[in-house]
Amino acid sequence: MAALIRTINRSIFISRMGHPCLALGGSATVAKSVSVSGSSSKRLPDRVKIVEVGPRDGLQNEKTIVPAETKIRLIDMLSDSGLSVIEATSFVSPKWVPQMADQMEVMKGIRRKPGVSYPVLTPNLKGFQAAVEAGASEVAIFGAASELFSKKNINCSVEESLQRFEQVMVAAKAAGVPVRGYVSCVLGCPYEGKVAPAKVAKVAKRLYSMGCYEISLGDTIGVGTPGGMSEMLEAVSKVVPVGALAVHCHDTYGQALANILVALQMGVSVVDSSVGGLGGCPYAQGASGNVATEDVVYMLHGLGIQTGVDLPKLMDAGAFICHSLNRRTSSKVSQATHCKL
Amino acid sequence: MELAMLLQWPRRDKHLGAHEYPEFVKIVEVGPRDGLQNEKEIVPTEVKVQLIDRLSDTGLSVIEATSFVSSKWVPQMADHTEVLQGIRKSPNVRYPVLTPNMHGFQNALAAGATEVAVFGSASETFSRKNINCSIDESMLRFEEVLNAAKDQQIPVRGYVSCALGCPHEGPIDPSKVTEVAKRLYEMGCYEVSLGDTVGVGTPGSMAAMLRSVTREVPCRALAVHCHDTYGQALANILTALQMGVCVVDSAVAGLGGCPYAQGSSGNVSTEDVLYMLHGMGIQTGVDLSKMIAVGDFICHSLNRKTNSRVAQARGSQL
Repeated sequence: MAALIRTINRSIFISRMGHPCLALGGSATVAKSVSVSGSSSKRLPDRVKIVEVGPRDGLQNEKTIVPAETKIRLIDMLSDSGLSVIEATSFVSPKWVPQMADQMEVMKGIRRKPGVSYPVLTPNLKGFQAAVEAGASEVAIFGAASELFSKKNINCSVEESLQRFEQVMVAAKAAGVPVRGYVSCVLGCPYEGKVAPAKVAKVAKRLYSMGCYEISLGDTIGVGTPGGMSEMLEAVSKVVPVGALAVHCHDTYGQALANILVALQMGVSVVDSSVGGLGGCPYAQGASGNVATEDVVYMLHGLGIQTGVDLPKLMDAGAFICHSLNRRTSSKVSQATHCKL
Repeated sequence: MELAMLLQWPRRDKHLGAHEYPEFVKIVEVGPRDGLQNEKEIVPTEVKVQLIDRLSDTGLSVIEATSFVSSKWVPQMADHTEVLQGIRKSPNVRYPVLTPNMHGFQNALAAGATEVAVFGSASETFSRKNINCSIDESMLRFEEVLNAAKDQQIPVRGYVSCALGCPHEGPIDPSKVTEVAKRLYEMGCYEVSLGDTVGVGTPGSMAAMLRSVTREVPCRALAVHCHDTYGQALANILTALQMGVCVVDSAVAGLGGCPYAQGSSGNVSTEDVLYMLHGMGIQTGVDLSKMIAVGDFICHSLNRKTNSRVAQARGSQL
């Protein structure tokens, strides 16, 4: 009997803009609530920061290589859509990532809108130095929660990669450049399969302790589901404040928005996404990769959560790049826009 | 919540994070009806029969087989009698059919139907444009069907369309959805499926709507029928599960586009729903691999790509 009783606490909050927000919280009976884990469902955030990764993570994983001026135009259009963070390019060797070979040209060619940040990936000190020379004022480093993925993707162990990153952190601190940390394979690895939440927490903690202002937790192959997401976030938020966490969900199995929702319910308020859902999945031929920014923004605005993003302008940017790539958008919102609603 | 209602509540819950979820979710497969009805290509009877027979082997317990509406309105369902009489009726599976009125009900009965469904709307304009009458008029028609069904001991499922928005009216007040759902439930529908017909809903509007409806209709008698036109379906379904719903409608391979948004998707894919539920440890009784194979079959027959992301990721040929 006790197990069947369920009290649901709900209240409607009105955000600053007058949109209703809904807090979803649940607590079981007295007996059950004692055994429930320490984290409780917080009210949904009033505001979510979108980190737009289309020009980097998106284009990096597209088969077609687009010229620098197309990339620059894309980034400029994104700058005008209200986004506050646009990951511009990647200072990795063009030998490994040919799509990002024009990193210097892109970095120098984009119009830097005041109030918008343009972080770039820097896998090591050499990349960092090149980035700073090109005018970068924020960088990102990329760790993995899976040993095998680290070895296959960046040719070294997780520990070795963290040591490389420490070098970058030292230089970044000296130069006053903020650093964002990524952890990949947080909900599964294409080689190892399941990844323990404790391992994700360990890597996230290391990146945060070494000075990353934010840690983006990536479901690299999109295999995660809401259960795995909440389990992983529970582990990580014990060692990194939830305000410093972001989720980077891939939509390869269609789970991204559900996973993002759960993350929001657990207090995360930074979401990575890619305009048009650019970027396939290198581990599943023909499958989708990044979640589409348009679809995320649609959900957030529908929840009354502010993002600062102008959805029609964002869709214009998506239409532009898909046209340039000669591919259909992966965003369902963009596909449906001529619906009357 | 009242004690009496709690004691009847069959669902057992599991904990994931701070939320409770049902341990078991019933999938209502609507591919052969809602899916095929909204496909451009008219599918031959034998393909429909094969589809349903293959679905019967996946572990599903409910497969909506066809629709006894006039073929003038829905030509894709013109072969309703042949389909219902042609399928292999698996003992553990039910095969409800849509019946908009007495005429349809009688035909369905004559064809061997043992469960039917009626389709109301929360939007007046949608009701008039879709079935050519007001909501009240449609309810009177359904009451006739319910009375006849009771006599024949045929269970009836009710649908409420436009539960989260209407292509003509825009946003729909949750109280209107509640009014219609309550009417269907009180006239004898054993279950009421709340449909986001144009897929515009988000977790916020889903929660607000369910909060309203569950004041009048018990959770255990509710289902959600989410369209994925704006990519929101799984997030909306998750929200519904968090609020106590444990029946989900979906269509294999995400069959069926959206007649209000050319080229857009419609029904949420059964495969993607299963992947989420199973990933959360929620049982459904359905075999995902078999479902993917059925999706492959029907997409091949329709010469179209699957809408299921899971099927695409698992290396669907299409």
